[in-house]
Amino acid sequence: MTTLNEDTSGRSADALRADDTTEAPTGNGGAIGGVANWVDERTGAAKGVRFLMKKVFPDHWSFMLGEIAMYSLIIVLITGTFLTFWFVPSMSESVYNGPYVPLRGITMSDAFKSTVDISLDVRGGLLIRQIHHWSALIFIVAIMLHMFRVFFTGAFRKPREINWIIGLVLSMLVLVEGFIGYSLPDDVLSGTGVRAAQGFMLSIPIVGSYIAYFLFGGGFPGTAIIPRFFTIHVLLLPAIIVGLFTAHIILVMVHKHTQYPGPGKTDKNVVGFPLMPVYTAKAGGFFFVVFGVTALIAGLVTIDPIWMYGPYEPTMITAGSQPDWFMGFADGALRLLPGFLEFTLLGHTWSFNVMLGAILLIPILWTLMGVYPFVESWVTGDKREHHVLDRPRNVPTRTGLGMAAIAFYAVLFGAAGNDIIAIKLHLSIDDITNTLRIMLVAAPVIVFWVTKRVCLSLQRKDRDLVLHGKETGRIVRTAEGRFFEAHEPLDEYERWRLVSFEAHRPIAAPAETDENGVRSKTASADRTRARLSQFFFNDRIEPVTPLELAAAHHDGQADEALAPLEAAALEDAHPGEFGGHLHGGAEEIEEHNAYAHQQGSDDDA
Amino acid sequence: MTTPSNPSDKESSVTHDSTSEAGDDRALVSLEHREGSDNLPERFQDPGLPAHIHRAGDSDEAAARRYERQVAALFAISMFATVLFVVSYFAVGNDTVVSLPIIGRTMALHVSLGVTLGMSLLCIGLGAIHWAKTLMPDTEVVEERHELRSPDEAREGAVKILADGLEGSQLKRRPLIKYTLGGALGLFAIPLGLQLVGSLGPLPHTDLETTLWDSKLPGGKPRRLMRDPDGTAIRLSDVTLGSVFHVLPEGIDATPDPNNEKLKAAVILISLQENLIKSARERKWGVDGVVAYSKICTHVGCPVGLYEQTTHHLLCPCHQSTFDLTEDCKVIFGPAKRALPQLKISVDDEGYLVADHGFDQPVGPSFWERA
Repeated sequence: MTTLNEDTSGRSADALRADDTTEAPTGNGGAIGGVANWVDERTGAAKGVRFLMKKVFPDHWSFMLGEIAMYSLIIVLITGTFLTFWFVPSMSESVYNGPYVPLRGITMSDAFKSTVDISLDVRGGLLIRQIHHWSALIFIVAIMLHMFRVFFTGAFRKPREINWIIGLVLSMLVLVEGFIGYSLPDDVLSGTGVRAAQGFMLSIPIVGSYIAYFLFGGGFPGTAIIPRFFTIHVLLLPAIIVGLFTAHIILVMVHKHTQYPGPGKTDKNVVGFPLMPVYTAKAGGFFFVVFGVTALIAGLVTIDPIWMYGPYEPTMITAGSQPDWFMGFADGALRLLPGFLEFTLLGHTWSFNVMLGAILLIPILWTLMGVYPFVESWVTGDKREHHVLDRPRNVPTRTGLGMAAIAFYAVLFGAAGNDIIAIKLHLSIDDITNTLRIMLVAAPVIVFWVTKRVCLSLQRKDRDLVLHGKETGRIVRTAEGRFFEAHEPLDEYERWRLVSFEAHRPIAAPAETDENGVRSKTASADRTRARLSQFFFNDRIEPVTPLELAAAHHDGQADEALAPLEAAALEDAHPGEFGGHLHGGAEEIEEHNAYAHQQGSDDDA
Repeated sequence: MTTPSNPSDKESSVTHDSTSEAGDDRALVSLEHREGSDNLPERFQDPGLPAHIHRAGDSDEAAARRYERQVAALFAISMFATVLFVVSYFAVGNDTVVSLPIIGRTMALHVSLGVTLGMSLLCIGLGAIHWAKTLMPDTEVVEERHELRSPDEAREGAVKILADGLEGSQLKRRPLIKYTLGGALGLFAIPLGLQLVGSLGPLPHTDLETTLWDSKLPGGKPRRLMRDPDGTAIRLSDVTLGSVFHVLPEGIDATPDPNNEKLKAAVILISLQENLIKSARERKWGVDGVVAYSKICTHVGCPVGLYEQTTHHLLCPCHQSTFDLTEDCKVIFGPAKRALPQLKISVDDEGYLVADHGFDQPVGPSFWERA
């Protein structure tokens, strides 16, 4: 209150308007300038436009994954709106009399009939429907790949934890949205999926049958589920998804985009190209590329030809019934969970064989992903802002964990096709299922270990490159008959990319008791943290330091006194050709060397 | 690079120290590590952005004009494709079928619309990107970042405004308002929630436990087993050894919700060699080796539609639960726990198969209330 008084003291109310101007900005006139002036005087939009148009985005192919997701969202919204003009979300039944002969005379719901009409009768309707379906699938794939990029490069670290969680919620809602959209045509495949979904709900303790009866408006299938799914699919979930997406993209603007490590790129800047004109053209153009490719796929590759499946009939089913692929992992979990997980206790039925895979799996997995950034920042104790991304190899444990999660997902996904695998490979489905049960536990462990080793090896390769330069393939013989391969040292820009990372070191738990013998309240948390820290960072490769590089160059010449002479002789022999250092193959690394082969093993963690 | 070698400086870089004394301060640790000697820094320094490399179009006007023509050509192709889309929309018939390589026979209208729309959009995109990459400025721009945390002054200001606001509302001094407001806000959603949840659907009651087989036909006669989907009754003599019938109860189309009834009452009728049946109950509930079982999987409710004659196994195509028909349809593999319930059948005076009574337990997936 007081500040306001100070600012305005001595000024009349009229004087407050003294700054106002009614004149248009000079220059740059014309119709556009006039409209811009009109809008700006009423909204002050020029400030925002200036802020937005000069925003800088870094270039990298992996940053386009999120873009693909964004554009696919726009495409599904456009095509989905088109579809609502013809789709009839009703389960009222009537007999088909349309142009498609094989279905004539068959009783079907209006939902199915209108989908057949969109596909076979409405001109261009099938194209819109298939763009919608393909684009939804591309949306989900792009979200998954975008998540992988964010995870493996550590882009979820401070200050982007909130956006990681918004992204996770989005990815989960998109799965639900996709499942419901797939169910709307009321064909025999999707109807079977909805029936299974009702079975999932029934497995929920205490309230399961109530949830199912409320959602379906009674027993399955009833006549309410398609209209209700329709409202959820076109109104409720899109509103939430668009809202969360907007928050997601605003936070990207606020945080400014992350960038890969490289010369001149720091946590304090962002190096790239401005939105106007470069990114407007590139990103705007990329929208048309995504839309165009989706339209080409939709025009050439049939998806979900429901007129060939036929309408849903409660007693009908086809062999090889599977959900749309993005629900495959949950379906696979259902196929792997053994029946003994269902039991009767206290007079009630507990169906963990269904509940674990169908109800609990997704919340558990998503919660684990959601807490990961906080666990990692707790383990490292790192509270700084990070805008330069990690190269995945430089964080072997995180990369290993991520790959283990992907392996877990892949086994579940494979299990959803256990019947197809059995048929194609002529194997017993029981054996395949049992094998997959073992793999579900074993594969993540193996994949974690292998990935971590590969990362460490790649880091060693980077060190090797920095210390000894690139192999040139030029073999040089000295006067004494020794052979060397000439190595070309990296220039400082290439080198910076390989040495600029930071290797976290494990932390030790502080003393559990203080000098008075009083046990610290956080002792057990500290111990856990130290153990986790060991797990994360015990095996690590540190970046090369200038001293190590100097030492490596020095060791390269086995005989110090001779070295300059050799170099001089070589320069004479190949003038202008030899610009690198000499390295004597296996001899160059001595046992006590920082990078001696004998010490390369670090498997004893 | 003639730094004297000093072995003590070259500790192993591939570290596996199990006891590290390092504390929380990462930055400090990395500085302590490997102390530099001989005027070498502990870490490499960022060399800064490399020198910008110009493109052909930046200096060569001929190249730039070539790019301009390429971009314009892409945009022109897009326009052409758009025209083709419009032409296809009006010219190609709904029923015209064409044969394409790889894709095979397909609807001409659909493919022509898809390809022309795709090309129309794709060429706009490719043109714009080509334009941006070859002609628009490609010098990197550096934008500074600022810490996201607000300055202390702003934070204190925000806290003060909130505190002043709370003070001004007198909420602290007037607990009566505080508690009644809390109560009202805590409860206001109940009417809306109640309306929604209460009116969405009926309570399950006994719907999950009962099927149409439990009731007799009007007139008290037991329901016959009818073929699905023809709706014709089945004589015992029709059921030859090894044959399979998909069965629904007689009179199902006269019920208010035939689909709901079908879903629960669907039955699979199979004729086995009677001596193969290991369960006495199963034999007794069937007729001469002809047995009827619920077709609804006890896992999540898919129809158990696949019968393998040689092994007498019933397989659910959804999650591959396998039931052994010779052992009272108990689960021999897969995620289901419970056997398929059996329907007790007999033959009526006219030689048709009828159900004596309903299933002795609920059919379909497990649910909480099921004991």
